[in-house]
Amino acid sequence: MSDHDYTPKSKFGKWFNDRLPLLTLRSHLTDYPTPKNLNYWWTFGGILTFCLIAQIITGIVLSMHYIAHADLAFASVEHIMRNVNYGWLIRYFHANGSSMFFLAVYIHIFRSMYYGSHKSPREVIWIIGMIIYFIMIMTAFMGYVLPWGQMSFWAATVITNLFSAVPLIGESITNWLWGGFAIGSPTLTRFYALHYLFPFLILGLVILHIWALHVPGNNNPIGIDVKQPSKDTVPFHPYIVIKDLFALLVFLLLFVFIVFYSPNLFGHPDNYIEANPLVTPTHIVPEWYLLPFYAILRSIPDKLLGVVAMLASIFVLVILPWLDTSKVRSAIFRPLYKQFFWFLIADVIILGYMGALPPEGTYLLVARVATGYYFVHFLIILPVLGYKEKTLDVPLSITEPVLEGSTNQSLGERANQ
Amino acid sequence: MKNILKFIFFVTVLTTTGFGSIASEQSQKLLNPGWSFKGFFGKFDRSSLQRGYQVYTEVCAACHSMKYLSYRNLAQQGGPEFSEDQAKIIASQFEVIDGPNSEGDMFTRPARLSDNFVGPYANDEAAKSANGGAYPPDMSVLVKARKGGASYIYSILLGYDDPPPDVSLEDGVYYNTYMSENKIKMPKPLSENLVQYSDGTQATEEQMAKDVSTFLAWAAEPNLEQRHKMGFRAVLYLIIITILVYFSMKKIWSRIETDV
Repeated sequence: MSDHDYTPKSKFGKWFNDRLPLLTLRSHLTDYPTPKNLNYWWTFGGILTFCLIAQIITGIVLSMHYIAHADLAFASVEHIMRNVNYGWLIRYFHANGSSMFFLAVYIHIFRSMYYGSHKSPREVIWIIGMIIYFIMIMTAFMGYVLPWGQMSFWAATVITNLFSAVPLIGESITNWLWGGFAIGSPTLTRFYALHYLFPFLILGLVILHIWALHVPGNNNPIGIDVKQPSKDTVPFHPYIVIKDLFALLVFLLLFVFIVFYSPNLFGHPDNYIEANPLVTPTHIVPEWYLLPFYAILRSIPDKLLGVVAMLASIFVLVILPWLDTSKVRSAIFRPLYKQFFWFLIADVIILGYMGALPPEGTYLLVARVATGYYFVHFLIILPVLGYKEKTLDVPLSITEPVLEGSTNQSLGERANQ
Repeated sequence: MKNILKFIFFVTVLTTTGFGSIASEQSQKLLNPGWSFKGFFGKFDRSSLQRGYQVYTEVCAACHSMKYLSYRNLAQQGGPEFSEDQAKIIASQFEVIDGPNSEGDMFTRPARLSDNFVGPYANDEAAKSANGGAYPPDMSVLVKARKGGASYIYSILLGYDDPPPDVSLEDGVYYNTYMSENKIKMPKPLSENLVQYSDGTQATEEQMAKDVSTFLAWAAEPNLEQRHKMGFRAVLYLIIITILVYFSMKKIWSRIETDV
């Protein structure tokens, strides 16, 4: 950013820019050289920014009508759905927004893994991203509690009870989190406060995420550095802006379709039953995007170790840049890694399935094997693969394969996997 | 374009598989009389909603409250669409406690359009004790609170049967094909000609079950018609603008050799 030369044309612009270089920032953002071979999997960064802002805006409107009190929360949500003008629309956008947000974030994360975007020199971008993801999980969980339905209440019970697994001080921590000796209004109020706060933390981290991205620049499907900026890159505006916009519109089409035609698709029917501490639902399940973690948690017979495994499953992602020892970034040139990548995807989907099913018999066994494989992938396969794998020849520059059209070929190859 | 197709494929696989697994828990296939409010242009059948309200108020409301609805909803667009005068008359048949008045006393008065539906019991405990300990659930969002929605309600209403010889039921428990474990604490609520429809419709069990399920579906989702209408416009608008942006993108990227 510091190497960016820019002088505003107008006199006032120059005067202002000398004092606060906002115009330099704008010029940097529009001119930002972006590899021209980025595919559509790269558009999810923009989509995620949209999701975050949409969640914040709809969330602020909802907060004007919502009441965080154990006796009133459920009724206030119904009030939003029935009596607030377009309240149903805002709430359905917000509720489904979380699912769409997580869908996009999972694609974004797996795209990074596939093309090696987490590797040197982009480790810090990756780590900030993982912190964002972790805060997203907490925000989504607390948001799920707010409607105070049966699933809200019992999800809160299950998750806060995890802290009681901590030796010696576990119970004190749980009571401290609850603000009492059971889940109730104090718990709901603090969840609400944090649910309002965290998105702004995420927003700040997103700015850092993008800042850290703009230092080395984007990775690309070939995974090699930009050799000649004039040939290999295009300015962010208008090329990437219009492409991101197009992708966002396609994404919105799906989003809007769900909001208007199947708004309760991702929700659990039990959450339309008001919270009742005396009645436990038959199956307590989290939202779909947390099911893999739930499966890991339940596949360990010991409560404390289960919690440790669940946290470790996120932590291995944080240290991924050092677990993945291969010098080649993109999976396009790593035939073995490519296969293991899809195994991992399958593994996570299986874990998701098992998270939704009761932990007994075959299901539990499958969940255990899948949990084991998850850690084996990151802790054993990836480090070893970096040394053992015979990688394919990497092109000399981005322009070379682009001109020969081999980017598309390799993409087709991936589709056939 | 290929990528977008792949993306859509990816999403479809994820959603269908993810929810297929949960949906498969349902063992008994629910009855479905064909709902007019499903689908892109789905709308409620107005006369069915009005008949459904009659069934609710004459049968269900003896035990089930509907506390999140108010009488003005009955006249609202997209609902049963009683006229405002009709809704006022309906409301005035119920008594609500208001006050305190200037002397500090509580008093009862006929309900107004702005009042919420008056429930059958003073509180949850009264509801429980009057029903052998089973709490008749509030019906405002019942359709959304049950897997299968309106079809589930419909099936339960028609699912009463004599228990098979190997099943013995305690007192106050009834056999229902569609209930989990086939046990229900609600006695069979509907019987032939239980209500007298003013529009001449024959009040068969199926007809009443269908009408009241439609009414409950509306009660749970009073903005469904508006949602469907708006959704169609939103999707259409998005498709048009997406096409326009697609060609703008093609045009812009044609300045360089790379494909987009």
